[in-house]
Amino acid sequence: MSTDTSAVPFESVPGSQKPDAILVVDNVTRSFGGLTAVNVAHLEIPRHRITALIGPNGAGKTTLFNLLTGFDEPDTGKWKFNGLSLGGVAAHKVARRGMVRTFQLTKALSRMTILDNMRLGARDQRGESVWRGIIRPIWASQEQDITQKAEDLLERFNLAHMRDELAGSLSGGQRKLLEMARALMVEPEMVMLDEPMAGVNPALKQSLLQHIKVLRDEGRTVLFVEHDMDMVREISDWIIVMAQGEVIAEGTFEDVGSNSAVVDAYLGSHHDVDLGDHT
Amino acid sequence: MNWGLILSNSVYTAISANAIAYMLVATGLNVHFGYTGLLNFGQAGFAAIGAYSLSIPISRFNWPWPCAVLLVIVSAIGLALLLGFTTLRLRADYLAIVTIAVAEIIRLSLNSVRFTWLTGGNDGLQGFTSFMEKINPFPQQGIWLWKQKIDGYRLWLLVSGWVLLMVVATLVYLLMRSPWGRVLRSIREDEDAARSLGKNVFAYKLQSLMIGGAIGAIGGVWLVLDKQSSQPGDFATTFTFFSYTIIILGGVARVKGPVIGTMIFLFVIQLVDISLQQATKTTPSDPSPVLPTWLIDQNNYAQLRFMVAGFALAALVVFRPQGIFGDKREQAFDVH
Ligand SMILES: Nc1ncnc2c1ncn2[C@@H]1O[C@H](COP(=O)(O)OP(=O)(O)OP(=O)(O)O)[C@@H](O)[C@H]1O
Ligand SMILES: [Mg+2]
Repeated sequence: MSTDTSAVPFESVPGSQKPDAILVVDNVTRSFGGLTAVNVAHLEIPRHRITALIGPNGAGKTTLFNLLTGFDEPDTGKWKFNGLSLGGVAAHKVARRGMVRTFQLTKALSRMTILDNMRLGARDQRGESVWRGIIRPIWASQEQDITQKAEDLLERFNLAHMRDELAGSLSGGQRKLLEMARALMVEPEMVMLDEPMAGVNPALKQSLLQHIKVLRDEGRTVLFVEHDMDMVREISDWIIVMAQGEVIAEGTFEDVGSNSAVVDAYLGSHHDVDLGDHT
Repeated sequence: MNWGLILSNSVYTAISANAIAYMLVATGLNVHFGYTGLLNFGQAGFAAIGAYSLSIPISRFNWPWPCAVLLVIVSAIGLALLLGFTTLRLRADYLAIVTIAVAEIIRLSLNSVRFTWLTGGNDGLQGFTSFMEKINPFPQQGIWLWKQKIDGYRLWLLVSGWVLLMVVATLVYLLMRSPWGRVLRSIREDEDAARSLGKNVFAYKLQSLMIGGAIGAIGGVWLVLDKQSSQPGDFATTFTFFSYTIIILGGVARVKGPVIGTMIFLFVIQLVDISLQQATKTTPSDPSPVLPTWLIDQNNYAQLRFMVAGFALAALVVFRPQGIFGDKREQAFDVH
């Protein structure tokens, strides 16, 4: 399968400009002690596209996710989501603005049912205020709608049969699925997935790929971190490569695959990585 | 051995106004620890604040009692805000350290000679219960619970206390089955996950601290109403640890947990206590006690009761780790 490059007219250089970018990052740095984990001079994420963020282990991908979503504070830098600055905005407010992330190390709410995990994600729940929570009729009908939506999503992610089980009983791959489904309950404008396919079996992977494409077709923007190059090639419209905290390349799969800086970055740490056949 | 008295006394202890105080304090702690996962080690501090917010204004300043009751709630919420704003943004263990410290500061201040004019110091305060006696509908002579006499005042505290407890427990139940309660549980499981879904974790923790603290303060009120005296010694850290024992016994994050847990806890302790007391007793007519004096006597049985009760409780927790009402399934994923 080859990506239609003509549909993606962005320039293949690090920090290239995209018309109507949903997320624009400037000068974001974060260091832990002496180690600079993230040092991104400029980065734009295209709207309504699936963008892959790849790079060797320790490149700073997860740290960048943490910074952008308010789970960590950068040393310097600012970034805008939909034109509004997100610097210093608390994590829960970032999510409410429409940018929702999942975690590389899944955070299933173990002692809650899978259905409750899902329902938690829904926005603007009337019953989430103390006073209104006491009076069931105020939120019962909304709860019904939320439950319906949750069940539809669980169906999509092959978890419907588990709805009343505790999330702690899920396998590693199922947790990944649950986390992604739960993030979608928030109806995010932009979804940030940290290694969504890790531990998911190949058959399910295929259907997940389709789901991610559906997200784009619904008008959402997807940014995901992934090490599985087959998957990256299959669904990404655009690829951003990080190494040692910096964005070292951008482009289509073919562009970055033939980029010598990328090959060096990977070979520096991974001699066996398969960057796919660049036809 | 008078088994009739031993049993009826132990049963009474498990349902008395004193027991209701424990149930309320543990219910408040259950909101913190059981549902929200907040490690509050200063629940005794909330109870103390409640007790003295009632007794000081009434004894010292002749406040009308409804105003004092209002102050109980207000000061509990004040303490929750103080603890919350100082620690809730920090790592979880900070709350544990700060709450235990603050509870001790409260107790030591109440005990301090410097404030004796206000708090009565070590002797505490009395004479603040007359409002409860005035509105008591039961006759003074009270009733007999088999071989245990319950006077009219204690009967009134018992009945009104159970009504109050039911109201509180119902409110907690309604809250915890609501989406609000779901957010609390998600914070207990993983607060970053809750944040990533747009929940204001800090605000919910603060609300949990206020609600559980206010319930704990009401528990403190019932404790001193029952004793008709408020003394700092009743609000030592052991009170908090008993509350933890109680909710673990009854089942964490269950509305019935603190109620059943308290009953078992107090019943076992009282049963052991009064049995040992009887078994070591000597009377002029019967100078040899049931238990041999080389093993145990009147002077040292008191220490033994907590040992025996401790063993009994430990056995219960070992053989039924989820507590009486806990969910066995949940126990399997008890990871933090
Ligand atoms: N909390 C932290 N404290 C100290 N160092 C950290 C912390 N978080 C990340 N780092 C360091 O920052 C660097 C980037 O880590 P990060 O998790 O962002 O990498 P990554 O690109 O997500 O890697 P992977 O593909 O293995 O998930 C690593 O060298 C890591 O050791
Ligand atoms: Mg990572």
